[in-house]
Amino acid sequence: MAEIIQEEKGKKGGKRRPKKHGTRIDMTPMVDLMCLLITFFMLTTAFSKAKVMVITMPEKDNQNQDKNQPQISAFRTLNIILSEGDKVYYYIGMADPKKPPLPALVKTNFSKDGIRKILLDKNRDLFTKIAEYRDKRVTGKIVVADTTLENEIKKMKRDDKKGPIVLIKADEKAKYKDIVNIIDEMAICNIASYAIVDMSPIEKDMLKNAPK
Amino acid sequence: MPKIKPPVRTPHIDMTPMVDLFSVLLIFLLLTASFRPQEAAVITTPQSISEKQAPDADLMTIFIAKDGKVYFNIDNGRDTSTHFRSKLLGKIGEQYKITFTKAEIAKFGTMSSFGLPIKDLKTWLNSKDSKEKEKLQTGIPMDSTDNQLAWWVREARLTNVGAEVAIKGDADTDYKLVKKVMDLLQDNKVNKFNLVTNLQKEEVALKDLPPATK
Repeated sequence: MAEIIQEEKGKKGGKRRPKKHGTRIDMTPMVDLMCLLITFFMLTTAFSKAKVMVITMPEKDNQNQDKNQPQISAFRTLNIILSEGDKVYYYIGMADPKKPPLPALVKTNFSKDGIRKILLDKNRDLFTKIAEYRDKRVTGKIVVADTTLENEIKKMKRDDKKGPIVLIKADEKAKYKDIVNIIDEMAICNIASYAIVDMSPIEKDMLKNAPK
Repeated sequence: MPKIKPPVRTPHIDMTPMVDLFSVLLIFLLLTASFRPQEAAVITTPQSISEKQAPDADLMTIFIAKDGKVYFNIDNGRDTSTHFRSKLLGKIGEQYKITFTKAEIAKFGTMSSFGLPIKDLKTWLNSKDSKEKEKLQTGIPMDSTDNQLAWWVREARLTNVGAEVAIKGDADTDYKLVKKVMDLLQDNKVNKFNLVTNLQKEEVALKDLPPATK
């Protein structure tokens, strides 16, 4: 569809020169095609790659499981039990049937004032340290690369001796998102050590008697 | 006196800059985007604050749908000439005494996630009807008598040694099932999982700390 735009013929002058005609190509169909292609690509492509959350589980080793049980101090232990309907229970210390009384389960939830408040309260020292470090970086008091920041935070977490050790347990009726949510809370609150473990029979009993 | 007529001219808009613009957009899209892979089931992933990106190759994904069906996917590797998928199918075939034809193996190599018992795999590969194909997707069996998912994972680990494992579970699946899959993976010496999540920003600053209780 090339159209030739003819210029008006000048009648002046005796000489007849061969006319220069600028060929002009109609671009409209090309634009149409481009539009179509772009729409097609917009619809079929995924822009953002999926995000992942990495968890590392302790290695399963059936042979020397009992011998190598790490000893953890009871008062630092925070047990979180997830149950049906996004319910969260927690108790501090250890539930040992030989040493009554059993700790009481406290019911809470995933909201801002729920489990996060408890975690932040328990993890106050480490959280403040990391947050202050981050603030310093944001305000420009220290200039470090992203990787240095990450390493520094990792180091702080490793050196932490006061923060809670969180044991996450989920019962049969808990949903997958509950587990993801609680691991997320750990990341938000900068908890240094946490693990997903199985529930003990005592805890199951405790859960039965827990406030609904 | 005759009237002076202005010459009739159709207005002509120059489309060239528009074409230029579209070309630039098109090239940009082609270079930045990756195709959305076709997935066997619709899965709504839970949300998290994690900003880590999933590896784009050498990834083995286990999908856990809301209805409890389990699907499996593995890519052909960063270097596509390795054809991990085709090799994997060959190995699985040997394991279950099913011989796949060359065409079937080649076809499997280009497909993505699947969730069906191995005995149906041949019918699925040869089926042309998409509805029939969908019907065959009943999830990979993983009960203790015939744990086919474990075989897939084991053989996939042997085929592509460097593959990472991702679990893409629906937010509303039971944790029990996810735990079963994780246990199965741990039995196969996979201790690091990538849980696929949706990004949701959430931050806690110093001022959000609850007042100290003494």
